[in-house]
Amino acid sequence: MSVPLRLLTVAVIVGAAATSFAYAGGWLTPHALTPARIANRFEQVNGVHPGFRRNHAKGVDVSGYFESTGQGAALSRASVFRPGRVPVLGRFSLGGGQPFAVDAEHTPRGLGVRFALRDGEEWRTAMLGLPVFPVSTPEAFYDQLLAMAPDPATGQPDPARVSAFLARHPESARALQVISSQPMSSGFDNSSYHSLNAFRFIDAAGTVSWVRWSLVPVPPPVSISATAPGATSNNFLFDALIASVQARPPQWRLVVTVAQPGDPTNDATIPWPADRRTLEAGTLTFDRIESDDTSPARDINFDPLILPNGMAPSDDPLLSARSAVYSQSFTRREGEPRIPSAVSPGEAAR
Amino acid sequence: MSPATKSARFALRSRLLHWLMAAMLLAMLFIGVAMVASLGDYHRLVALHRPLGIALLILAIVRLINRRFSTLPPFPSTMASWERMVATASERLLYALMLALPLVGWAMLSAGHYPIVLFGPVHLPPILPPWPMLYAVLRRTHTILAHLLFLTFLAHLSAVLFHTIVMRDHLLDRMAIWPVRAYRKPPGLLGEDV
Repeated sequence: MSVPLRLLTVAVIVGAAATSFAYAGGWLTPHALTPARIANRFEQVNGVHPGFRRNHAKGVDVSGYFESTGQGAALSRASVFRPGRVPVLGRFSLGGGQPFAVDAEHTPRGLGVRFALRDGEEWRTAMLGLPVFPVSTPEAFYDQLLAMAPDPATGQPDPARVSAFLARHPESARALQVISSQPMSSGFDNSSYHSLNAFRFIDAAGTVSWVRWSLVPVPPPVSISATAPGATSNNFLFDALIASVQARPPQWRLVVTVAQPGDPTNDATIPWPADRRTLEAGTLTFDRIESDDTSPARDINFDPLILPNGMAPSDDPLLSARSAVYSQSFTRREGEPRIPSAVSPGEAAR
Repeated sequence: MSPATKSARFALRSRLLHWLMAAMLLAMLFIGVAMVASLGDYHRLVALHRPLGIALLILAIVRLINRRFSTLPPFPSTMASWERMVATASERLLYALMLALPLVGWAMLSAGHYPIVLFGPVHLPPILPPWPMLYAVLRRTHTILAHLLFLTFLAHLSAVLFHTIVMRDHLLDRMAIWPVRAYRKPPGLLGEDV
């Protein structure tokens, strides 16, 4: 082998190593959907609001405790389900990337919760006040963000784009029907919150159950039409929550629903039949409410895949994608300068 | 020029450590760069990245201790003095990066208020308090150091291949864990085929 040929051999090997690294990092496939591109689309639709979450930007933080009934241990060996109490940190939010949006009854409401387990493990969950999720894949989510973005001229989503999206995604059209068929609660404190995605619970013997969970308010929700609040403040939903926590710590029951064979575990747009077995895992109480400006919850990434031993992801493709995009949003906002949040319990109490 | 003898090689445990860590580090660099661009595999890759990173941290410490108590084979005569200096500097850089990357990762997760889960219920304590701005800095540092480590690996690979394939001085034999033929006659620098 001549010297030039030998040099070429070295160049080919080193070049192949470099190229495979570039390929693995996605640099050779710039059109593939990545966490960064989804975070960019949030910024495209909402503008960049430094220091705020790219989605669920407007929120208020709570803390309290979870009192386990011990019943959850039948499904999962996670220590959070042993009888007893664990401290929790939470964040109520409105969907969308506008940190100063005006509260609206029909904006999806979110609740992120972090359970601090006794042994240093954590369970984090990010739930929505919707019975099902409007999309089933990360690609559809990316598509929906743009399709449902308000038209700058009207302030409303462009109906033509919305119907084109729903035509492309019949599963989303069906999900929106499920969502609109259920009455919206009047506030954060009487709303149910749902895991939407399925998860696996693993018990002490290693038996796997496929589950979804919900936080159901105590007492049961009152329909929005029954007690429509006079929407006088930009923060009327948050103000009502603050008043509620300060008057009487609101509580939710953690209800775990167990799938039967054949129930979809990889599609968050489809509800499970109403007769599925449920289990009362415990009661969540929030007795303290605080602004994003002072609460540690502001710097918590409510990544739905931070799970304790005894819980694991399902085959739902949204879960890994949520984890990836939440991380992207978290990394961006943690490095940015901050301005005060729109919601401050101190001011609301005046 | 002496033939390849036992003393021309690194100690067996050094060679084993080298190849074990080489495989794990390369896997780690590919997992890391793929995971940040991935949606569907993100979780699986992150779940692998953390315990592998801690395993590499432990191995890097073992290797550093091993390095202190090992006698190294001399540089081959085909390496010029500037090459020896570059080789020594890049070895130090590799050791520094092998230690720094997992530590920065661990510190970054601590500052980011994340639990540091290895597997099942096994997790590590935080090594920093929650600290948003520091999290952002460490997160960026982690990426920069990883890219630097991959570039250093490419340089190391290029140098060894250049010596082994172009100069044919059997440099790679020093680290071989496979049987090698005795090295009899050094070819001239960039010389004709032997």
